[in-house]
Amino acid sequence: MSIKTKMLDFFTRKTQAVEGGGEKALQKQAAMGKMSARERITAILDAESFHEYDLFVEHKCKDFDMEKKRLPADGVVTGTGKIMGFPVCIYAQDFTVAGGSLGLAHARKITKIMDHAMKLGIPLIGINDSGGARIQEGVNSLAGYGEIFYRNTQASGVIPQISVILGPCAGGAVYSPALTDFVFVVDKISKMFITGPEVIKTVLGEEISMEDLGGARVQTEISGNAHFFAASEYDCFEQIKKLVTFIPWNNRKKPDPFPAKQPRAQFDIEKIIPPEPTQPYDIRDVIKSVADDSDFFEIQELWAANIVIGFARMHGETVGIVGNQPLVLAGVLDVDSSDKAARFIRFCDAFNIPLITFVDLPGYLPGVDQEHTGVIRHGAKILYAYSEATVPKVTVILRKAYGGGYIAMCSRHLGADFVFAWPSAEIAVMGPLGAANIIFRAEIAEATDPEAVRKQKVLEYTEKFANPYIAAANGHVDAVIEPAQTREFLIHAIEISERKSETRPEKKHGIPPF
Amino acid sequence: MTNKTETTLTIDDGVYTTKLSTKYEQRKRYLPKDPNAISAYIPGIILKINVAVGQKVKWGDSLLILEAMKMKNAVTAPKDGIIKAIHVQEEQMVTKEQVLLELE
Repeated sequence: MSIKTKMLDFFTRKTQAVEGGGEKALQKQAAMGKMSARERITAILDAESFHEYDLFVEHKCKDFDMEKKRLPADGVVTGTGKIMGFPVCIYAQDFTVAGGSLGLAHARKITKIMDHAMKLGIPLIGINDSGGARIQEGVNSLAGYGEIFYRNTQASGVIPQISVILGPCAGGAVYSPALTDFVFVVDKISKMFITGPEVIKTVLGEEISMEDLGGARVQTEISGNAHFFAASEYDCFEQIKKLVTFIPWNNRKKPDPFPAKQPRAQFDIEKIIPPEPTQPYDIRDVIKSVADDSDFFEIQELWAANIVIGFARMHGETVGIVGNQPLVLAGVLDVDSSDKAARFIRFCDAFNIPLITFVDLPGYLPGVDQEHTGVIRHGAKILYAYSEATVPKVTVILRKAYGGGYIAMCSRHLGADFVFAWPSAEIAVMGPLGAANIIFRAEIAEATDPEAVRKQKVLEYTEKFANPYIAAANGHVDAVIEPAQTREFLIHAIEISERKSETRPEKKHGIPPF
Repeated sequence: MTNKTETTLTIDDGVYTTKLSTKYEQRKRYLPKDPNAISAYIPGIILKINVAVGQKVKWGDSLLILEAMKMKNAVTAPKDGIIKAIHVQEEQMVTKEQVLLELE
């Protein structure tokens, strides 16, 4: 064979492999409003930065006439590239090839790129679009899934792992995304569930559509399995690119700093909070009033909205922000908000991102459903995560900090490095009305005018205890600050904590209340 | 959340103006259990009914067979009593918590 023939042979092979499931299948994919695997990778990565590997991998299955079936790239595209100059390993399942089904060769391509990501210390992005296990390959297909899950777990806390659900991701396959740090979904395209509508109908007699069972909206608002909801694949990729700018390559690095910027003028910190502690406001306005460029990148915006989590920059440095949201359920802690915050705190701690906590909450949510779902066990996660974290931890108490909620929200007692409080802060065992009703129960009951006495007692309690000064007198609060000084105090606290070093007792690992 | 209207939530006697989450609005309200009602603890199909209305049963007697997740489960009497009513038929599909029989 001459070189020319060899080159021709190579181009023919490459063209065939790159075509995936072929023209018809690609048209079908497009008709479903979905990009192809390669289009997706190109859209996420910087232009010309994608380098593909394992294009010629073939499966070895001989059962059910599979030896006659050629599956280009075995249904998954893998490689490396860059996002805003930031290196990543990436894979995308190709639904046009045997429905993106996962066989052993397909799985081994994924585990190979995962191993690369671990060795190179760079983030992993997985695009899921697959009908599930390749049934013809039987238990070998299950082996493939297991090998992926094992690596997701090994990589957890070492490199950031991002999952993008752009099609079905059902059955055991959903556990790879579940083990990763951030899950992105797109309206009407993403479908995630363990057992689908058909099984549910047969076994339980309940009828539900795929969308209502495990569509993008459900996964971002009801279950909390996914972190980012997007209206289109394009919007989803923009979210991924933005996320990548906030996080480090791996757990040995810090996120890249950006040029510092002042918050925008329209967020006036003095005017956000209503004086009455029972009146709501949007905590995100407070965050924007102190963050660089008023830019707050919110995570899990729709789920457990009574707590707000996300990334921002303070003087150019990435910080993780946790804040109670008085706008939703009065900002209480409950099962879901504890889960949400705890996982985020652990991500920040694992990846050297300082934590800022804004506190304004009346306590925990009362309810039979809360108690029966295990608010004790779930609520404990947030205590665990804050206590365990060794990154710089700075807390700002804005208004209410009552009871167990006060302790949980990164109080001094859970190891906060700096605790600041606004003059409007109320750090107390509970709200004035509840406290007065308990402490002065007899006096109120025996009074000729109980309402007048109650009012009087509430007022007395409010004046004496609904402030930051008792906590400050005990050193639980380091400084009472003017709201307008918040940004300056935060930046200083984070700057001087740069080389913070805190050790924990030696152990294999802790046992958080999962 | 932006399209929701504000309402109030009471925590420790404090009445807070706020919005409710969809999940909170859709939460299952707690209803006390009727000790005489026997409900399906798992969804499935009633394979066989072993008792009739008016029949005396003893604690542990098999009242009916509920097939669920490919298992034939015997639903047994939680106490001695008389069958007051049977709300299901053989071959019928039942949901979780559905009342199957009543004792008295």
